[in-house]
Amino acid sequence: MSHPSDDRRAGEPPVIALHGVGRSHPGEPPVTALHPCDLTVHRGDYLSVTGPSGSGKSTLLHLLGLLDTPSRGRYELDGIDTGDLRDRDRATLRGRRIGFVFQSFHLLPHRTAEENVLLAQLYNRTPAKDRRAAALEALHRVGLGHRTDALPTTMSGGERQRVAIARALVNRPSLLLCDEPTGNLDSANAEAVLEQFDRLHAEGFTLVVITHDQAVAARAGRRVSIRDGWLTPLSDPDAAEEAGVR
Amino acid sequence: MKRVRLPEPSSRLGLRDLGSESLAGVLQRPGRSVLTMLGTVLGIGAFVAVLGLTATASGQIGEQFSLTKATTVNVTDRPRTDGVAPGANPPTNFPADADGRLARIDGVRAGGVWWPLPGAPVVSARPGGENEGTGLAVLAATPGAVAAMEPTLAAGVTMDPFVQDTAQPVVLLSQAAATRLNVSRLDAQPAIFIDAMPYTVIGIYSDVQRQPGALLGMIVPASTALARYGNPGGEPDRAAQGLIATRVGAASVVAAQVPVALRPDAPDAFTVVPPPDPHSLQDKVTSDLTGLFLALAAICLLVGAVGIANTTLVAVLERTQEIGLRRSLGARTGHIATQFLAESTALGTLGGLIGTGLGVTTVVAVAAARDWTAVLQPAATLPAPLIGTTVGLLAGLYPALRAARTDPLQALRAA
Repeated sequence: MSHPSDDRRAGEPPVIALHGVGRSHPGEPPVTALHPCDLTVHRGDYLSVTGPSGSGKSTLLHLLGLLDTPSRGRYELDGIDTGDLRDRDRATLRGRRIGFVFQSFHLLPHRTAEENVLLAQLYNRTPAKDRRAAALEALHRVGLGHRTDALPTTMSGGERQRVAIARALVNRPSLLLCDEPTGNLDSANAEAVLEQFDRLHAEGFTLVVITHDQAVAARAGRRVSIRDGWLTPLSDPDAAEEAGVR
Repeated sequence: MKRVRLPEPSSRLGLRDLGSESLAGVLQRPGRSVLTMLGTVLGIGAFVAVLGLTATASGQIGEQFSLTKATTVNVTDRPRTDGVAPGANPPTNFPADADGRLARIDGVRAGGVWWPLPGAPVVSARPGGENEGTGLAVLAATPGAVAAMEPTLAAGVTMDPFVQDTAQPVVLLSQAAATRLNVSRLDAQPAIFIDAMPYTVIGIYSDVQRQPGALLGMIVPASTALARYGNPGGEPDRAAQGLIATRVGAASVVAAQVPVALRPDAPDAFTVVPPPDPHSLQDKVTSDLTGLFLALAAICLLVGAVGIANTTLVAVLERTQEIGLRRSLGARTGHIATQFLAESTALGTLGGLIGTGLGVTTVVAVAAARDWTAVLQPAATLPAPLIGTTVGLLAGLYPALRAARTDPLQALRAA
């Protein structure tokens, strides 16, 4: 368990550091999906990004997740400048340092919960003998220790999303990147997932949750909003400024 | 541009992981996988079965191919009919010393001339008796021809040059003819009557190696027959024939020399029939059947390849989200391509294995049903599953490329 300020004191680079990062799509005229912005997320932060659909949320998510490259500015992940990376290195960073949680879970339907979690260790050189224990530990952590052999088709939406969370955190990534994590869940299941996020935050994980749901966003310690491609801090302006959101 | 070196080792997909992932991909839709494999199974099954059956059938030809057949050369006379009075038989083209000429050819063990007696000779046990010998063939033959038949004597002696040279009225009886004519002992020098002329029985043979027609008949010296009955008949089946026993392997060489040795002045007067060459027979069967069936097998394989390509492509489109997910989990484009390529290759290999099994089973079953010896050439059978592997690999190329090109953004968005 660490606090952001501890990290900064320790001189550790922030998990996310956006320096004037923007994304526009070429064309006539060019479409700007994200105006240049700065954003710093430290280890242990819990940040929410809110905005209506079409506001640039997804663009930001893809940039942060290294699924897309900024057309300008510099993005440092754990102090690594991602602008100079080859595709294979970006894939490596995704597999090691970023855990994705998607709105539609993206579980493989023919594989058990455990096998779905194991999938996250397939590409990042986790020794085969260590994978099972890590997967089971991750499933226990999200409270699904009793459902390891269940197929996603037999699970509730909340359970599926918790399997997806277990998959995202099994590699102990620097960043948990969540895209509308409660979008497909009823309120009870959504609440369970949000409580899970609270616990993970308490355990020191760094979370970025992208959502259009204000209730979901309110759980985060730091909030930014995005509208028409402009990123603006919402809460705790001092902290936000300190964190580098302008 | 300066390359940043990452602190961690880059993504990789281990061989074992690749294997288990692709196998899982194949097994998660077992019904579809089986149907996909069908073309490959049929193609490779047909391939193995055709080659196996051809080899098996060729093997049977080899087994039926007998030593006697392989050492027999038949020569048919083509007598000139011009200048012969109507109704009369033309003179034979065989020289009188045919036995000697044939015997001097390298590789000949014995050779001579024989023909059925012209007309319908009446054979009886007593002078003026009824025709007890109805249906018995009466052959005229030189001692060389008799020797070439290799008779097994039950009693008496075989024909020698003396009886030929002096045109003796003697006869060799087959066991069947002797029984019919009530001749059992030769010590009293019994005689039988052909067209009321007496012939002394000098020997009884129980078997012949060549010219099995002689087993139901009797043999008189050619010179005797020539003196009493004149020229052999002019029709092809009654004309004089040469029968030559050769040493093993010499038949075709001997056959080429026979016409010139017999009649240097008119070698075209004979039709020489050497024994069938086992290799040419095999080749004929092989080219006749194999070409057609192998073409069918190739078509099956092509259909199989298209099937695998199609299914894999559908799988790629269906599993777009999975591709996106794997990319988000650190998979490189190469890993995605390799996985789908491995899946199609696994399909092809499985199809190849099953097809080979079915093909081998077919060959063994057919051979068992026909009491044949199943012959499977290892060079054709063992690599057969690899054909399936190749088919799967080639069929997976395009789908794998499509999978690798899938944009993870689009893939993850498609919900």
